[in-house]
Amino acid sequence: MAGDTRKIAGNVLTEQVTLRYDYALGEVAGKFMDGLRERKILATKCSKSGMVYLPPRAFCERSFEKCDSWVEAGTSGVIEQSTIVVRGFEGSRPPPIAVAFVRLDGVDSAIPNYVEGLDFSDVEKAMKQIKPGARVEVEFIAQPEGRITDFHFVLA
Amino acid sequence: LPEVVGVLATYQFGFKVADMQRTFVEQAQQAALGCLAEAGMTPDDIDAIVFSLAPTAFMGVADADRWSIDSIFGAGKPMLRVHTGGATGGSAMQAGYTLVRSGMYRTVMIVGAERIAETPDAQKVLNQIFDPFYEKDMPLQTITTVAMMATAYMQRHDITQEDLARLIVRQRKNAMRNPHAHLKGIITVGDVMASPMIAHPFKLFDVCPRSSGSAAMILGNLDAARKFQPRPAFITGVGAVSDSNWIGDRIVPTTEYDFTDWKLMRVASRRAFEHAGIKDPINEVQVAEVYDAFSIQGITQLEQMGFCSAGTGFRLERENAWDMDTGLVAVCPSGGTLCTNPIAVAGLVRAIEAANQVMGKAGEHQVKNVRNAVATAVGGIAQFLTCAVFSTDYVKEH
Repeated sequence: MAGDTRKIAGNVLTEQVTLRYDYALGEVAGKFMDGLRERKILATKCSKSGMVYLPPRAFCERSFEKCDSWVEAGTSGVIEQSTIVVRGFEGSRPPPIAVAFVRLDGVDSAIPNYVEGLDFSDVEKAMKQIKPGARVEVEFIAQPEGRITDFHFVLA
Repeated sequence: LPEVVGVLATYQFGFKVADMQRTFVEQAQQAALGCLAEAGMTPDDIDAIVFSLAPTAFMGVADADRWSIDSIFGAGKPMLRVHTGGATGGSAMQAGYTLVRSGMYRTVMIVGAERIAETPDAQKVLNQIFDPFYEKDMPLQTITTVAMMATAYMQRHDITQEDLARLIVRQRKNAMRNPHAHLKGIITVGDVMASPMIAHPFKLFDVCPRSSGSAAMILGNLDAARKFQPRPAFITGVGAVSDSNWIGDRIVPTTEYDFTDWKLMRVASRRAFEHAGIKDPINEVQVAEVYDAFSIQGITQLEQMGFCSAGTGFRLERENAWDMDTGLVAVCPSGGTLCTNPIAVAGLVRAIEAANQVMGKAGEHQVKNVRNAVATAVGGIAQFLTCAVFSTDYVKEH
């Protein structure tokens, strides 16, 4: 495969493996991502249990019934858990970054995403701003492309 | 009646960052050979093997159960692999227990090994366990998700970073007496507080090391115990439970088992304690080897297991309640997962340490007069929990 190498030096065999994957979105994630393109966060609802899920589910884990409708989540919500990653993670964005699980208005579960617009010069102070219970709002990027990173949270 | 199950022998081998003298399968073999020698058994005395093997992406050889067959003497025997992330060793031990308890096999060896230093891309590997559509674009991995849980727990119960630090100081000191421990030493709360911040509130010292090494445990019924081990540690109770993949479902008001307080451990431990006839853990259990890959993790489990009420565990830490020599219960006399985390066998090591304490074989970190010891394991983002009780005496079935 492209980029793969193998070589032996001393008592160590060094290998580089590049793996490529195509993940099918499926029906539910597909509809959610379509919603993001229209700047909507779509959740599924089970009429039997009354639960509204984000990320959306095909079936309800409480009633074991199919989630039978789609509802649009609120554009603001409450932080349930949060952290500021200072170092040690080589993700898609360099640290420091803030991430939080947010329960959007009208939804029963929390969804994780980045919290933008914070001043990280004092991490303890920034943490207080995004502590559990803090209110945040959803903000979409200029050109949504049907990915979870189409939106993030900002302090309300 | 179900069979009585006893621990006949245990073995731990070589926990450190990397073993450049051996391959993965050679490490696994060291544990198998060592455990057989400890029991005075040969491979022919083992009826079945449970292989404790967690994610293999760290070492690069995928699903190394097949690679390991010959090295752990599996050819010609029933052999099964168990994998529940960090709980792998706890689940593997319970699988082995079930095979003996059911009467299917007289003896079972649980064995496994871990190698983690092969790849510099460890954080990427850990990010691979997350949902590709909703979660993987975030910096979610074990450290950051447990850090988020810690943020909420500490706010709810008014716990400080210094409270976490006191626990780390105690366990690193315990580890000084454990020759198998990876991290150990006399450190101060100030040292912990000065270690670099990784993901708030976790600093470097709040996080376990990744350890390479191997471990094994041989279980047997009463007939096997009579022949090979006159003083086994009896497994008197087990419990296991799993919960939703969706963290966001488990931290909201509608959740049944709040992840912030680790309520799921109440379910696993209640089953184990009921089975073992333990009603008052703090007075009946002398050693708790709780699985604590992070400083926050062990205390939250003790609370849900009924050693103290929710939110009080770190206050009791301030009063030295968990000190291995002078406390109410010896918590992680080995130093715990916080000092040594060979992922595939970390849960098995908790069980080994608990069994050794009951058998009087813990060496320099032996706690006095141990009648019952409990071991837990945790996998995923606390999606897989196991709990087991090891005792000097077994409960007669009715």
